[in-house]
Amino acid sequence: MKIQKIKILLIDDEEEFISTLAERLELRGYLCKTAVDGQSGIQMVANEPFDIAILDLMMPGLNGLDTLRQIKKITPDLPVILLTGHGSTKDGMEGMRIGAFDFLIKPLDIYALIDKIKLALGQTPQVKS
Amino acid sequence: MFKHLRNPLLFWRRNPLLLWRRTPLTRYTVLNRNIIIIMLLITIIPLTCMLILNNFQYKTHLRNQMMAPLYAMTEKTRHSFELFMDQRLAIMRFISATYSVENLGNEQVIHKILTSLKKERYGFVDIGLINTKGDLVSYVGPYSLLGKNYSEQISFQETRIKGQYISNVFLGHRKYPHIVIAVQVITDNGEIWVLRATIDTDFFDTLISSMGLERSSDAFLVNSDGILQTNSLYCGNTLEKCTLKLPSKGVKSRGVETKDANKQDIIIVSSGFSIADYILVIVQPQAVALKSWYALQTEMLIIFLISLTVIIFAIVQMTAVLIKRIKTSDERRESVLIELQHAQKLSSIGRLAAGVAHEINNPLAIINEKAGLMLDLIDLSTDFNQKTKFGELTQSILTSVDRCRKITHRLLGFSKRIDVKIEPIQINTVIREVIGFLEKDILYRRLEVNLKLSDTLEPILSDQGQIQQVLLNLLTNAFAAVQDELGRVDVETKNIQDKGVEIKITDNGCGISKEIIKNIFDPFFTTKKEEGTGLGLSISYGIITKLGGEIFVDSTQGKGSVFTIIFPEKTNKMESENENSEN
Repeated sequence: MKIQKIKILLIDDEEEFISTLAERLELRGYLCKTAVDGQSGIQMVANEPFDIAILDLMMPGLNGLDTLRQIKKITPDLPVILLTGHGSTKDGMEGMRIGAFDFLIKPLDIYALIDKIKLALGQTPQVKS
Repeated sequence: MFKHLRNPLLFWRRNPLLLWRRTPLTRYTVLNRNIIIIMLLITIIPLTCMLILNNFQYKTHLRNQMMAPLYAMTEKTRHSFELFMDQRLAIMRFISATYSVENLGNEQVIHKILTSLKKERYGFVDIGLINTKGDLVSYVGPYSLLGKNYSEQISFQETRIKGQYISNVFLGHRKYPHIVIAVQVITDNGEIWVLRATIDTDFFDTLISSMGLERSSDAFLVNSDGILQTNSLYCGNTLEKCTLKLPSKGVKSRGVETKDANKQDIIIVSSGFSIADYILVIVQPQAVALKSWYALQTEMLIIFLISLTVIIFAIVQMTAVLIKRIKTSDERRESVLIELQHAQKLSSIGRLAAGVAHEINNPLAIINEKAGLMLDLIDLSTDFNQKTKFGELTQSILTSVDRCRKITHRLLGFSKRIDVKIEPIQINTVIREVIGFLEKDILYRRLEVNLKLSDTLEPILSDQGQIQQVLLNLLTNAFAAVQDELGRVDVETKNIQDKGVEIKITDNGCGISKEIIKNIFDPFFTTKKEEGTGLGLSISYGIITKLGGEIFVDSTQGKGSVFTIIFPEKTNKMESENENSEN
């Protein structure tokens, strides 16, 4: 696993949130890159390959769903996990229809997120609550 | 939970429709008064007009009826008088024609004439002959008048011009009323002499009494100067000035209504004589003449007053009923408006809560990650002497964040019913959400809640928000019915044969009596008096019916109630659903 680290792209307008989340994921052996808006996220997807992307739906400027559409245009196979602070599952469902792998509601449970990541990458998820 | 957010003042201000309700009493009183006034006016004005008109017509008619006999009587009596006087004149004329001046000058002849006249009771007192110079040349009677000169007297002059004369009444030497009648006697050589006789007036009284007047009526003769010629009941005695102002002289009978000296209404009918300066006058008090009229008038007035009382009573009663109905319907409308307002307020509060929850979720996520990272770092470090302590503290932060998350998620979940749409719903999830919402209540009151939810429950197509509200209503009711600590509420779900879902909510609370069960789904029926609007169950019933479902109640007083709801697999009335989405 150390030879080939899983590379994750985090896109969220909350700098504090993603930087901390990135640090935590790196502690768990993942390689993380962050983008604070949709546009720069799309740029990074275009420039380098990622194993998985984690995308917030509510962002100023280019919103989550539009960002997702653009990402899917560039790399249709990249699994995307959506994050939402809103209770409504409407946007989440819409995202799933566009091609997201799954969606999670903020605040996150780190283990739930890791389970989803593993599921998305076809690994056996850890059974832990 | 929204109770503390209610601001009644704000509510009134924001609703201009309800502004006038600040003074409901005055408004209904004014309305009541106006209706009564208008109704009284439109009923009493025509009635009064009719009464006045009838009064006038009856009066005219009755007066005509009453005056006719008075006129007839007056005419008849006047005629009798004239006939009587004419008769005397005829006798005098006969004498003057039959006897020559020489014969009449003879004391014996004239004495014989008077004697025979007296036998016939014509009222002759004396008789005398006056020559052309006015000297009384022959006389027979109780006075010694022989040689008296009459040339200056009206009777002498008038007789010589007109041929005959009837005087007014005068008091003779015996202080007894008399009249004088005189006729011409023409001699062979063309000289005009005058035959003069005095007659007492007893016959006047006889004639008047023969009229058969009522006791209070008065009849008398008067001359054109207003000097009474007979005794009068009210106006004085013979030869006194009449106290009444009489109508002007005329041969034809005429009636006048006037007032007498005592301010009494009277009717005066008068008729002038053609052969002498006399007027026959009949005076009748109106009270007598119009006696029947007054009786009729009184009856009419009584009937009018009775109808007036009945009308007023009926109008007041009817208006009271009307106003009561208006008030009731106003109150109902007000209740509906309040409920609507409440629903709208709930909806906007829901939106606000969702917004707040969403905003809070972001910083909450940061706290969550920071604390998580701290925990990760603590776990990884080996040479940290406060490791356990810090581990506990960080864990505590995470637990608190988790609690916050539950709250915000619940708020978000609950506010979802604002966005109404028909979607696939897991009834079990909805039930858990609602129970989660009531969790605090359950915990504090130590109630027992058993969820017997079917694992294989089919999802249904319906409106989640509406179903949420129904379940919340029913569960709140169930919790309200049970006692603290002893209370138990079971919620059971299962698939039913003809494609649908059945939810059964059973409680061991106070139960519902048979009388109340009949009404529980009626709007505005409430047992909570001030607290409840009486709309909870009726709204639930409305929602369930709209979604194509059914609701049944079974209750034993003292043991508990069972509410059974059945939702179909699909709701047919999707369009109508969207129209009412704000509920």
